[in-house]
Amino acid sequence: MKGAAIAGIGATEFSKDSGRSELRLAAEAALSALADAGLKPSDVDGMVSFTMDTNSEIALARELGVPELSFFSRVNYGGGAACATVQHAAMAVATGAAEVVLCYRAFNERSGHRFGRVSTAAALTVENSWSYPMGLGTPAGTVAMVARRYMHEYGATSEDFGRVAVTMRAHAATNPRAWFHGRPITLAEHQNSRWITEPLHLLDCCQESDGAVALVVTSTSRARDLPRPPVLVRAAAQGSGPDQYVMASYYREDLAALPEMNLVGRQLWRQSGLEPSDVDVAVLYDHFTPYVLIQLEELGFCGRGEARHFLAEQGIGLDGRLPVNPHGGQLGEAYIHGMNGIAEAVRQVRGDSVNQVNGVRHVLVTAGTGVPTSGLVLGV
Amino acid sequence: MITDEAERIAALGPSPRRPARDAVNPAMINNWTEALGDGNSAYPELAPPAMVQVWTMRGLHPAAEEHDPLAAMSAVLDEAGYTSVVATNCEQTYHRYLRPGEHVSVSSVLDAVVGPKRTALGEGWFVTTRSTWFVGDEPVAEMLFRILKFKPGNKSTASALQPTVSRDTEFFWQGTKLGELRVQRCSACGVVRHPPGPMCPRCNALDPGYVVATGLGEVFSYVVHHHPPVPGRELPYVVALVELSEGVRMLGELVGVPPDEVRVGLPVRVGFRPVGEFVLPVWEAR
Ligand SMILES: [Zn+2]
Repeated sequence: MKGAAIAGIGATEFSKDSGRSELRLAAEAALSALADAGLKPSDVDGMVSFTMDTNSEIALARELGVPELSFFSRVNYGGGAACATVQHAAMAVATGAAEVVLCYRAFNERSGHRFGRVSTAAALTVENSWSYPMGLGTPAGTVAMVARRYMHEYGATSEDFGRVAVTMRAHAATNPRAWFHGRPITLAEHQNSRWITEPLHLLDCCQESDGAVALVVTSTSRARDLPRPPVLVRAAAQGSGPDQYVMASYYREDLAALPEMNLVGRQLWRQSGLEPSDVDVAVLYDHFTPYVLIQLEELGFCGRGEARHFLAEQGIGLDGRLPVNPHGGQLGEAYIHGMNGIAEAVRQVRGDSVNQVNGVRHVLVTAGTGVPTSGLVLGV
Repeated sequence: MITDEAERIAALGPSPRRPARDAVNPAMINNWTEALGDGNSAYPELAPPAMVQVWTMRGLHPAAEEHDPLAAMSAVLDEAGYTSVVATNCEQTYHRYLRPGEHVSVSSVLDAVVGPKRTALGEGWFVTTRSTWFVGDEPVAEMLFRILKFKPGNKSTASALQPTVSRDTEFFWQGTKLGELRVQRCSACGVVRHPPGPMCPRCNALDPGYVVATGLGEVFSYVVHHHPPVPGRELPYVVALVELSEGVRMLGELVGVPPDEVRVGLPVRVGFRPVGEFVLPVWEAR
């Protein structure tokens, strides 16, 4: 992924009720990202978002006063799209299809349509007819099925999942932008939180949020002329695995795995020439705690089934072997479908995060798990 | 099982005639007509016909009755989880006026039990009884009485999620209606596959057939769903991913096993549960 950089980041506040339209949230975040990049709406000629986003590229262009778009694209599969928006933007920049691309995600996911509920609309697909009518119709439920098998095969416990939640909430506690700012939790509180879908407790599940995040992607050469230090896209990849489904890939041999993330990881290491030990900070998609463990394994930070030992012995806190989600992740900061994690990765490379890790050169970012997904390596 | 019990109770025929506690009397007639504001001057020399049920009311502390078809059927439905009740029909036919001093008795028979039906209140069974009041051996009045026994707290059954069917998947849902668990099998290379699709991913043949599975398998993984509410389901419930002996995995609700007794490896067999126009496969312990 040669020659592209993230030149600006922007966001709204993260809340449970934004009190304004999703289009307005998108426009606010986009304008903020452009200001951060030192660019104007008239500089934008490309846009990428999620297929799930309700704000069309032309609607956002109208609000911002972007006169022309020579590239616009959408990425499918829910939160799996997050890092791929940057990949698509970088490819557009690399080919000359566009020069300044806005990547955005904006929603009222708490005050409006809540993903945590059973979506009767989603149930209407032929593909989901093998799960929703059978009583498995929530994101937590679909993850719980994998988590149970993972526990059975590798001896992981609910407390192992809880260690992820406790660490994310500890990070959020010192991040003023985080919804759970100032509200850390203990492992006992995790264990005592009510069941959502066993084996997942409430505190294994990320929050539902209102808010928006936007990123500005441009060529490295142009980024070098802008006020902020360019954050280079060192690698960017998408991945879909064998017999892939959305959240319910239950029919392939190994259930307690994320082969689509393994594919993303292999591409990231190959493109960047890096290996797991070169990663200074990892922003791992954490809509549900068990998938953080499986990601550590699929990305090569530890062996299969060994993530619980990695968590307990190496650590994923700010002072751990691999600091994960210094912003608090989606469990602690906000659930903006992974886009807020990319913004944190940019801050870590710039060196201006509120929970800054020392000497960051390379940050790994992943997108939604359990779905076809994507990933990035950002760096200096 | 509900249908079997209904047939058994209906086959017992009319219950033995149960006599009223008191004879038809002016005091009770006056109380009743006064309460209802019925100033008909024919009363209390005659009894209002609509009072017929009053004479055989069983009082505040009724003794258990040996053969009451409505009570017997209600007990069966309570046991099956249909614990709430609402009366839906009451049609009375009167052959003549009753007079003070006459002593009536009543006999009931189970007429029909229909269900399970999806109603606005939830899934339930309609239970119809017919009662006849006698003076001596003379029938003086009859009543058709229908109740709905339904599952409480399950109002969303009416909107339970149903599968969407395509040309590639309709064989599966036709099968469940016949009590068959059909697993797709490629007619060209013989590979079995679930969920099904139009093209064999191994040999690319467009010739899908199916085998009727034994329906025997083991729990490969499972969850216990507590939150949020799910249309048509009472919480908590268990969903199991089962590995069938044919070698494919399939999702279904695991019924009849307490959540804390479920484990990976639990042997199960398929059962079938009607939901709206469809029949869903479910798992039962074996
Ligand atoms: Zn074949």
